[in-house]
Amino acid sequence: MRTSLRIGCGAGYSGDRIEPAVELAEQGRLDYLVFECLAERTIALAQLRKAHDPDAGYDPLLAERLRAVLPSCAANGVTIVTNMGAANPVAGAAMVRDVARELGLAGLPVAAITGDDVLDVVTGGGFAIDETGAPVESLGDALVSANAYIGASPIVDALGQGARVVVTGRAADPSLFVGPIRHAFGWNEDDWPLIGRATAVGHLLECAGQVTGGYFADPGRTDVAGLARLGFPIAEVAADGCAVVTKVPGTGGAVTIATCSEQLLYEIGDPAAYVTPDVVADFSGVRLALDVLNRVRVTGATGHPAPANLKVALGYRDGFIGEGQISYGGSGAAARARLAGTIVEERLRLVGVRPDAIRCDLIGIDALYGAARSSRHPEPYEVRLRVAARTRTRAEADRIGREVEALYTNGPYGGGGATASTREVLAIASTYVPRDRVTCRVLLEVA
Amino acid sequence: MRLRTIAHGRAGDKGRRVNLSVIAFDPADYERLAREVTAERVREHLAELIAGPVIRYELPHLAALNFVLERPAGGGVTETLALDPHGKSLSAALLDLEIP
Repeated sequence: MRTSLRIGCGAGYSGDRIEPAVELAEQGRLDYLVFECLAERTIALAQLRKAHDPDAGYDPLLAERLRAVLPSCAANGVTIVTNMGAANPVAGAAMVRDVARELGLAGLPVAAITGDDVLDVVTGGGFAIDETGAPVESLGDALVSANAYIGASPIVDALGQGARVVVTGRAADPSLFVGPIRHAFGWNEDDWPLIGRATAVGHLLECAGQVTGGYFADPGRTDVAGLARLGFPIAEVAADGCAVVTKVPGTGGAVTIATCSEQLLYEIGDPAAYVTPDVVADFSGVRLALDVLNRVRVTGATGHPAPANLKVALGYRDGFIGEGQISYGGSGAAARARLAGTIVEERLRLVGVRPDAIRCDLIGIDALYGAARSSRHPEPYEVRLRVAARTRTRAEADRIGREVEALYTNGPYGGGGATASTREVLAIASTYVPRDRVTCRVLLEVA
Repeated sequence: MRLRTIAHGRAGDKGRRVNLSVIAFDPADYERLAREVTAERVREHLAELIAGPVIRYELPHLAALNFVLERPAGGGVTETLALDPHGKSLSAALLDLEIP
């Protein structure tokens, strides 16, 4: 039985940088490389793409990422685990095999994991929307996706069958790490303290650069060296689940107690009850210690039995958002921008556009924190008006940006740089389904 | 002084719920954080930006506090019209809290 493993994180969201993953694959001396590329809304958007094209619905950067890292991963014996399958892990795995053959890596075993798509289960199942209490059926035709957060077990199965690339859909972020760690050390799925420790490792790594100095720099206060060449994280995990977080030597960024503390608490409610499909992890006793530069030791996490129900992310169409922006500068800029906003609102009323909600922000003054807070600070020399509104139809949403652009020749003095955009709103709600209603399968094929 | 002088932190979100960590640079300042940065003070400081109660969790081993709060209705990431739909900027506002 092995005594330790090295696992890296090559992406923390779907659009993340690719170069740090190449560094990990080439120089990380890794056993496993994880790519975490799904947010709540990402999978709903992917379901919409799949609805248009049955062969689509996996991550748009899947082929590009795999082309960049597969040669080094194959040469160095690094196994890849990713949720880049998004809404279509079967088609995603097929794309990985295409890329592998193209790179001369025929024979590579690639697994798809299915089962997270539970649209059939939740429609007509009498499940309640967590946020509102209304039945899921009340969303009607607007419901476009329902994906259960699945855990590490199918990943463990796939690795046990010899997969060198595992492509999942909505596997929970930390489960992408718990799977390989469980597999490597042969842990039982109900060894809760160990699963809790692996979940802490996964949680620390899942946002990639956010633990190596990304999202941390504040010049003069918390400086981070080499941020442009920010390296991505590696965990050296011991067979007792304790770990050291580090990164590839020579890359930018920093792994410190401060960066690890921030990431450990990122998106956490009660630190003693971080619920995943695998475990209710308890981070309340975690201790962080700096071994040497860029090496932080993580101990003290534990865990309690996994929840009986799995969370399901429901994606549904919920109208449109139309937006327009225009800038004003020089003395009096804010007053002109405010006048422009009131003109747009009045014109929308005059032409009969009735948004469900509308807001006018002055970017640079009140867009983040509102008017009350900003009134205590001096006005800037330039501001940008932003008008955003929610509407039922795309035509009405388009009108918002058009009215902002019309401010050029029909509004106050000195407006410049107008932009307009419209997007469909894909809203997310949650429900919970009993674990036994979600059946995962491993589909392993060689390239 | 401002909280940012002795502490750092980060905002995370899950729908309307936001958590704000506040972590002492020097563990020796943890007691001061725990004493001064109460849930009530955080609620007052962010008053118009949040809805409902603020819950505070204490992590003395990490010299950290974790605040969990909710943003007003319509404030979830996928539906909101706000420029910062996640509420990421709430952390910087909290770190401007004046503490004795």
